[in-house]
Amino acid sequence: MKLLYFAWIRTNLGVSEESVDVPSEINDVRALLDWLINRDESYKAVFSDLSLIRVAVNQEYVDLDNAITKGDEIAFFPPVTGG
Amino acid sequence: MIRVQREDFDIGLELAKLTKNNHKVGGLTSFVGLVRDIAAPETISSMTLEHYPGMTEKQLEHIESIANQRWNLEASLIIHRYGKLDLGDQIVLVACASAHRGEAFEACHFLIDWLKTKAPFWKLEETASGSKWVEAIDADKDAAHRWSYK
Repeated sequence: MKLLYFAWIRTNLGVSEESVDVPSEINDVRALLDWLINRDESYKAVFSDLSLIRVAVNQEYVDLDNAITKGDEIAFFPPVTGG
Repeated sequence: MIRVQREDFDIGLELAKLTKNNHKVGGLTSFVGLVRDIAAPETISSMTLEHYPGMTEKQLEHIESIANQRWNLEASLIIHRYGKLDLGDQIVLVACASAHRGEAFEACHFLIDWLKTKAPFWKLEETASGSKWVEAIDADKDAAHRWSYK
């Protein structure tokens, strides 16, 4: 799956997008976040307070319990500040 | 119609195009967002707007279609810029045309309120002490939610 990061999540991780192969049991957003947090300290720091994180799967807003599959585009970003 | 672009826009030209040859339009409202200098307690010198290409357009189209279902509009337009912007620069234009002013005013207000809480844009402000990501404020969320209870 393709992961995208925006705003301070992107700058803190130092990456804007990456492709990851996750184990088959990672089947929702929450499980993916747990997997990322266990992967590296920088992810752990960025995702320490999930109230600051918004998630989109295939460019639609979703909740943490939303199902995900292999070909999905999953984006993590802070609350938006446009306009 | 929606547009996401780096370039500036000409308000007069855009509004004229929106209502051209449509004589059912009796009222045209617009909102323009500008880069201001205050990011309390500091002053800012410029800002950079980041967005999520693809999702931005989807969200703006979605919001615009909701406004068109809810109000009887003859035309609507959202233009939102991204990239580096200086003080006084135009950031966003929302315009709504309708037979009567009431619908045009309400739809325009609704669109800018919802855009501020749903469209995936993020502002990075340049200040004397460095660059800072703008934090979302509850007042914007409250402004958007107001419309759910109409």
